[in-house]
Amino acid sequence: MKRLKVALAGKPNSGKSSLFNQLTGLNQKTGNFPGVTVDKKTGIIRLDENIQAEIIDLPGIYSLYPRSLDEKIVAEIFSDRRNNYFPNKVILVADATNLQSSLLLLTQLIDLRLPTVLVLNMVDLAAKSGQNIDVIKLSQHLDLPVVLVNARTGQGIQELKKVLAGNIPVSRQKIYTLEKEITPAVDETKQHFKLESNYEAYQYLQQVENLSFLREEDKVFIGSLAAQYEFFPGKYQGAETIIRYQYIQDLLSKVVLKTADTEWKRFSYRIDKVLTHKVWGYLIFFSILFLIFQSIFAWAQAPMDFIDSTFANLSNLLRDVFPEGPFFDLITQGIIPGIGGILIFVPQIAILFAFIAVLEETGYMSRVVFLMDKIMRKFGMSGKSVVPLISGWACAIPAIMATRTIENWKDRLITIFVTPLMSCSARLPVYAILVALIIPDDKLLGFFNFQGIALMGLYLLGFLAAIVSAMVMKWIVKSNERSYLIMELPTYRMPKWSNVGLTILSKTRTFVFEAGKIILAVSIVLWVLASYGPAQQMNQAENAIDARINNNEVAADQRESLLMAYRLEHSYAGIIGKAIEPVIAPLGYDWKIGIALITSFAAREVFVGTMATIYSVGNTEDQTTIKSRLKAEINPDTGGPRFTTATGLSLLVFYTFAMQCMSTLAVVKRETNGWKWPMIQLAYMTALAYVSAFIVYQLFS
Amino acid sequence: MADLAKSVAQMVPGETAVIAGFITDELSNKLLEMGFLPGSVVKFNFKAPFGDPICVSISGYDITLRLEEAAMISILN
Repeated sequence: MKRLKVALAGKPNSGKSSLFNQLTGLNQKTGNFPGVTVDKKTGIIRLDENIQAEIIDLPGIYSLYPRSLDEKIVAEIFSDRRNNYFPNKVILVADATNLQSSLLLLTQLIDLRLPTVLVLNMVDLAAKSGQNIDVIKLSQHLDLPVVLVNARTGQGIQELKKVLAGNIPVSRQKIYTLEKEITPAVDETKQHFKLESNYEAYQYLQQVENLSFLREEDKVFIGSLAAQYEFFPGKYQGAETIIRYQYIQDLLSKVVLKTADTEWKRFSYRIDKVLTHKVWGYLIFFSILFLIFQSIFAWAQAPMDFIDSTFANLSNLLRDVFPEGPFFDLITQGIIPGIGGILIFVPQIAILFAFIAVLEETGYMSRVVFLMDKIMRKFGMSGKSVVPLISGWACAIPAIMATRTIENWKDRLITIFVTPLMSCSARLPVYAILVALIIPDDKLLGFFNFQGIALMGLYLLGFLAAIVSAMVMKWIVKSNERSYLIMELPTYRMPKWSNVGLTILSKTRTFVFEAGKIILAVSIVLWVLASYGPAQQMNQAENAIDARINNNEVAADQRESLLMAYRLEHSYAGIIGKAIEPVIAPLGYDWKIGIALITSFAAREVFVGTMATIYSVGNTEDQTTIKSRLKAEINPDTGGPRFTTATGLSLLVFYTFAMQCMSTLAVVKRETNGWKWPMIQLAYMTALAYVSAFIVYQLFS
Repeated sequence: MADLAKSVAQMVPGETAVIAGFITDELSNKLLEMGFLPGSVVKFNFKAPFGDPICVSISGYDITLRLEEAAMISILN
């Protein structure tokens, strides 16, 4: 069987992802393009009995000249025939309601001499707007196949597959003629790199800094050519765009019969009147935020409890089945709870991305960018930072990856930097137990629950910290790059539910694999630290506990859990916990809390489990047991309770601000290309957490 | 000369105008790619609540841009 590589290109909002979903269905894989952090979606489909095609979904772009990280990959793939993703055939998806700007990229693909099929999407909408497209004439003029598709219903997909399976000749059209002054340099480049088209060679000259496959000596070669012919990247680009648009407008005047009719847009404008209104617009936006917030808590609870208990049961079951030994302990106490600790976040992440996908599909997200841009700019971010910040409530990892659409480096960096301050779902179990411990379960005015208010306050605190930090960053970070917002506002439409489903699937998958591998690795390391210690003391565990039982200091039925607590105390984690006690004592913590702070680095919610173990609660399932045990804990120095209001508040503030997440640091490292920013972030957030917790503890004690 | 030319940023909701060119070269290629071609008609739709960014129509579709960017596009009037 023959396998083709087919690239799917087109501008944003052209229906490209819908078409990709129609072509591949559930048969898609997500990952990253090698070396760069750009989402890659591929899917293998069968075109006919003999031919398979690997469809590669490329980021949406208007032209080959890139501005954001996402866009660079497209120029890179199309101008490097040795690239793994260099396509045999290209599908260019065009929005028929807006052919002009959709065809700009097509004219570049034709000049690159790539065999391309033009797919016209949303022809029904174009017809409604009074545009009649002569498809046969369009195909003749462009000298390439044109297929009509409705990416929402799937009409035309079979026809497209048939065209892809057949022979697609390279269009003989030549659209852009290079400027005379540069042709000798283009010829030399073409010969030197043995390229197929002049325009490909021209891209080497135009994009020498963007094409990462070029080696140093290649860049030197191109640089000297450019100097010789007084060329610099960007020269002639404006002229080129105008010439291309002249060609397109000329073409469209021949193939599109247009009657002036904007009736179909009226509806969209009417919605905009309300949704971007200065009062209703914000009111609706904040109501939607509140709804998202509510549902993350309300709907995710049941599946989270289910995942929690399933993994606890599995772990217990296997402990009974397996023989004793360190290897099996690693599986039942290290790996299985580790995987459970990853999967427990899936419900919240899925729900959040369901909302975001629906809002994007309907076109509302662009309006959020429009509404929030001015406000966000005051804090050094852009309207496009809103989605990452909201995503931060579920998990910082997909949130930080969502910043890739922000073109300006400084805006993006600030957004990445402050997103982990948004209270993610891993903080919730910690908040829940501590709030229940120190805040009375009473109602204010018989209506507002104090614990609920405290919880809301913590989320607000994280949000305020993010906003204030962004403002500070705005002054500190220097950038010459201009920040801008030039973005299409798509017409409103009903969401396509299968697209929503596939988005949820791909985001969740990214989280499970991206964050998952690190959470798992860290939890195994921490399990080792918490289970092993200097042999001398660890071996005495049973003797020590038995001695206390014999002296009637403790009850015999608690032997097992006391043993666990003893081992944890004398493990390496316990030793570290004791070592950091002088540092954390001013915050109101003892070495037991110190151990929990350390184990929290796998994922913050591990705090709860560690507290349960160290206070020898035994059964970690039962929140009320942990709570009453923590409540009864006595501080030997004061004789009063260990978890006073001051200590509890101090811990809450610490968890709100501290960067206790290895996976986030790893993602920030990848997205900012180095350790500099994750290290600054770690230092900043730790300092912020420490100082704030210190102040809170000193104020309340 | 540059500050005498009227720009898209000075238009009012509902107004239409013809694009003359660009006041600065910065971002001009991005604006061109998005369809702000000299000679084409631009319509000012509405502003965001704080007056910035704005929404305009060009060749049949809607684009949002900040006043800073709008000020780079000169119009004939």
